[in-house]
Amino acid sequence: MASYRTPLSRARGLGSAKHGVTHWISERVGAIALVPLTLWAAFGVLRLAAGDYGFAVAWIREPLNATLMVLTLAISFWHMHAGLRVVVEDYVDQTLNRSVLLLINLFVCGLAGALAVFSILKVALGGA
Amino acid sequence: MTDTAKVQRERPLSPHLQVWRWHITMATSILHRATGVALYVGALIAAAWAVALAEGPDAYATFKLAMGSPLGKLVMFGLTLSFFYHLANGIRHLVWDSGHGLDVKSANASAVLVFAFTAAATIAVWAIAAMTGAI
Repeated sequence: MASYRTPLSRARGLGSAKHGVTHWISERVGAIALVPLTLWAAFGVLRLAAGDYGFAVAWIREPLNATLMVLTLAISFWHMHAGLRVVVEDYVDQTLNRSVLLLINLFVCGLAGALAVFSILKVALGGA
Repeated sequence: MTDTAKVQRERPLSPHLQVWRWHITMATSILHRATGVALYVGALIAAAWAVALAEGPDAYATFKLAMGSPLGKLVMFGLTLSFFYHLANGIRHLVWDSGHGLDVKSANASAVLVFAFTAAATIAVWAIAAMTGAI
């Protein structure tokens, strides 16, 4: 990539960017992880849609399937939270509305994600 | 006082959608957002699936009945389109983040590629679903 910054500006940028860039990079790492995970999950949905309850339970009890499903769900809900947060920040400029929507986004993702992961673990560990 | 308020009200907003000729990269940009929000709903459906599975056979049968209805299938078809679009365009964004493909010609070409992939992958998945008895 062509660099549009002078060497001095680049050197100055290294100072403050050490911490702030972590958030940006973590969003990308999550997105990269979701590429193989969601493709695997789409394949899983195809199999689950063709099967019944007994098949779904047996499928989730496979350690590999349970692990990948928990990872897919957890990282998806985290990625969704980050994504909708940006949408709210872009379109809602009133401080109160924005704060309320950001809290709802966090709580919905947290609750749905926790419910989903707990449910998978319950079935995987023989609770179904 | 009134005049000042009026003048301030009529100040132009920054140039936005209406001053640009519609082009494909604008469409891919807003569609990434729209499909992201659609997949948010899709993930809530996935959470409902997991909870129904943990609840037991009755709850799972109700979930499958709802998703197997015409409305459920329509939602799943929309989610399939959204998923493959968001996946392909997300990879396009990751390539951009690495500093590649940012010129107009490459961005237009990758946009066409994203639409082609979305259509092909959605058709392929629903063809497989039809063959394996998933729908």
